[in-house]
Amino acid sequence: MTAVLENSAEPDATPEVGAVPSFDVTLRIRRFNPEASEAAAYWEEFTVTAYGTDRVLDAMHKIKWEVDGSLTFRRSCAHGICGSDAMRINGRNRLACKALLKDLDPSKPITIEPIKGLPVVKDLVVDMEPFFASYREIMPFLITSGNAPSAERLQSAEQRERYDDTTKCILCAACTSSCPVFWNDGQYFGPAAIVNAHRFIFDSRDEGAEQRLEILNDKEGVWRCRTVFNCTEACPRGIEVTKAIQEVKRAMITRAF
Amino acid sequence: MQTHQYDVVIVGAGGAGMRAALESSTRARTAVLTKLYPTRSHTGAAQGGMCAALANVEEDNWEWHTFDTVKGGDYLVDQDAAEVMAKEAIEAVLDLERMGLPFNRTPEGRIDQRRFGGHTRNHGEAAVRRSCYAADRTGHMILQTLYQQCVKQEVSFFNEFYVLDVLLTEDLSTGEVPEGTPVRASGVVAYELATGEIHVFRAKSVVFATGGAGKIFKTTSNAHTLTGDGMALALRRGIPLEDMEFFQFHPTGLAGLGILLSEAARGEGGILRNSEGERFMERYAPTIKDLAPRDMVARAMANEVREGRGCGPEKDYVLLDLTHLEPAHIDAKLPDITEFARTYLGVEPYTEPVPVYPTAHYAMGGVPTTIDAEVLRNPTDVVGGLFAAGEVACVSVHGANRLGTNSLLDINVFGKRAGIAAAAYAATADWLDLPEDPTALVIGEIERMRDKAQGERVSDVRRELQETMDANAQVFRTAESLEKARDDVRALKKRYLSVSVQDKGRRFNTDLLEALELGFLLDLAEVVVAGALAREESRGGHFREDFPTRDDEKFLHHTMAYLRRGATPDETEVTLGTKPVTMTRYQPMERKY
Ligand SMILES: Cc1cc2nc3c(=O)[nH]c(=O)nc-3n(C[C@H](O)[C@H](O)[C@H](O)COP(=O)(O)OP(=O)(O)OC[C@H]3O[C@@H](n4cnc5c(N)ncnc54)[C@H](O)[C@@H]3O)c2cc1C
Ligand code: SF4
Ligand code: FES
Repeated sequence: MTAVLENSAEPDATPEVGAVPSFDVTLRIRRFNPEASEAAAYWEEFTVTAYGTDRVLDAMHKIKWEVDGSLTFRRSCAHGICGSDAMRINGRNRLACKALLKDLDPSKPITIEPIKGLPVVKDLVVDMEPFFASYREIMPFLITSGNAPSAERLQSAEQRERYDDTTKCILCAACTSSCPVFWNDGQYFGPAAIVNAHRFIFDSRDEGAEQRLEILNDKEGVWRCRTVFNCTEACPRGIEVTKAIQEVKRAMITRAF
Repeated sequence: MQTHQYDVVIVGAGGAGMRAALESSTRARTAVLTKLYPTRSHTGAAQGGMCAALANVEEDNWEWHTFDTVKGGDYLVDQDAAEVMAKEAIEAVLDLERMGLPFNRTPEGRIDQRRFGGHTRNHGEAAVRRSCYAADRTGHMILQTLYQQCVKQEVSFFNEFYVLDVLLTEDLSTGEVPEGTPVRASGVVAYELATGEIHVFRAKSVVFATGGAGKIFKTTSNAHTLTGDGMALALRRGIPLEDMEFFQFHPTGLAGLGILLSEAARGEGGILRNSEGERFMERYAPTIKDLAPRDMVARAMANEVREGRGCGPEKDYVLLDLTHLEPAHIDAKLPDITEFARTYLGVEPYTEPVPVYPTAHYAMGGVPTTIDAEVLRNPTDVVGGLFAAGEVACVSVHGANRLGTNSLLDINVFGKRAGIAAAAYAATADWLDLPEDPTALVIGEIERMRDKAQGERVSDVRRELQETMDANAQVFRTAESLEKARDDVRALKKRYLSVSVQDKGRRFNTDLLEALELGFLLDLAEVVVAGALAREESRGGHFREDFPTRDDEKFLHHTMAYLRRGATPDETEVTLGTKPVTMTRYQPMERKY
């Protein structure tokens, strides 16, 4: 089906900064309806009119709100901080709310698929439970012994900086679902779980590093990583994912963290 | 239909809900129902910080913090509640640090603090460094840290469960239950997104922590999912909403988009300028200038634009100037928000000022509660076993205008209190029978929408609602504009009755949920407008051009709005009552900065 729409113009609110005239864009979306009599995935194309600063999410909303209400995807914050809308856009994992249409060469159809390696539930929605299960396994919480101090624990700015990068994770799964090792072996913990282990292993206040390293020393742990760098490229938070995994590997050998 | 039974059911897994869960799950059998995965909650969007008078970097104390909160709220704050919050703030921040929150640090390794709008030393002398922060990702760190602790404590979550009704022992919506009659909550009804199945959760205590309602406006910093569900559910069951006319418009939303740029940008030295390059806040708030409370800054900006000193081709925004700050400083303290400017407007904040305009940000009002988070059904009676905390609630610690950083504080202090109180109530309360046919209302509404072959489109009604609210009930309001908004909302409510959804499926039907969320928005918009029309004065976030000054004689009271059912279920009417403001230490003064 193809539908062409006029944007319901927003005369007073559209910013002129960086404004680009309107253009038509075609989205080629991978669809799956679990309730259809013969549930099989298929492609469907939609053409909508977009404006300069529109993101893929805006175009998808337009389709959902004006053409086909059954198009299904997760989203919430719409500015890259909640991690709801990781999807495969032109073959690369990105957040739909952070991918600007004008940066994607809108002269060609933009393909949109669910992230890979997790069971598809409906259209772009996948079952996130296996992803969160791996996350929970690496004990993603501060582990300390003894009584809690009455004031704060001290930490120098340098110690704080040591694990800053991996605190930024929003658990969007873009990294894990871009990893070929994960595609082939769903048991692999995956980059996101390792990133969150890193966040605690290198926190000077934490005492659980040994336990986490033991967990990640498993055959489905860090050693499965083949440094393909897909994860680093995919991360919408700019976390150096591969580097974090390498640091965890090194800590495993040197037991220094 | 499935039925579950828990001592405590918490609705919402943002900061308030998870903070409550950490308390109640160690004391009572607890379930957390949330329409989003916990880490998707909008608490994660909060940027600037959380205030507490730790005095880590300069002299400070909780009494000054209380005063600032009361004055910032234009004296509509309940002062006993503000005092509780300011006192418990210190422990709340330390709690988070002990849970592992990666705060920025001072050279001595203690929690660092920075300036924030309206927070002052010694009752307004000068800005004070009171906000504890983690770069411009404080909310993200709070949400992650609380979730991490919930994982540690093995809290039971029901993710992507939409609560659509709360069950009470009396029908309050007729307005005929006399004062003093005991009324209790017995559970909630929820819709499971993945399957379309209806679940009834029987509970001794129910805690609402469903967050804000920014989506009644078009330009907003709020997530698509912030549709005021908890407020609307309570309202429909006859529970009043307090002070809904007070909505905060944050000065610095990215122009045209509404995405927030934290006040921390100004706390770190950012300056607002008009088309003449003038630092116009010097005229409006000579002492603390760009760090005046949000309502004042937002109005000042809107006024600059109105008087023709706006920037850009349409002259419809002002500029936030960070160009005099060191890029390294910007990267260290404001990395995310400067990236938003780059990604979404293509502006490089190191060298170019950023276009900004006020954006609907925070609901000061909400479900009225006591300082122990118990929900009030009139100015004095609590509903047994029903609690609320966070943005959904009105304690009231924010009064007519919330100070920056006081909401992350609110969710931690009152989330904790709600969790403790809910578990304590459940420990002694007996089980109630569920009402007969507890799911009737919810199933009826769902079927009405799904079965209608054709009708109004959700997105049309929603867009028109948001447009009229932006045009008529935003920073500047008049009787005329509000009457227009009221009439529009009423007409839209009629059209809503004939809304139909295209997706007729059971599984993951987000089309249906958006339709239900629109129903919540319409009810809330009606209440916001009714309160704003009746309040013929200007106070905090509510500014009436036809009544430009505060009128303590007539309006130093909270508004209590009730939705009363008329002859048919579709006919409802908003009736307004009042509730006194609790004053302890501070008498109202003129609010100058
Ligand atoms: C961009 C931005 C920046 C901010 N910055 C700051 C700041 O620096 N300092 C500060 O103090 N405050 C800040 N605030 C305000 C503050 O972040 C929020 O007020 C606060 O986080 C709200 O927390 P909450 O727990 O009440 O709600 P939320 O975090 O919004 O959580 C709501 C929860 O309720 C659930 N829910 C909603 N409806 C239903 C339903 N029907 N059924 C089941 N579950 C439901 C959701 O799934 C979610 O888990 C900011 C707000 C925004 C938008
Ligand atoms: S590391 Fe990056 S890509 Fe991976 S889950 Fe976290 S934020 Fe997403
Ligand atoms: S919608 Fe929140 S990250 Fe995209």
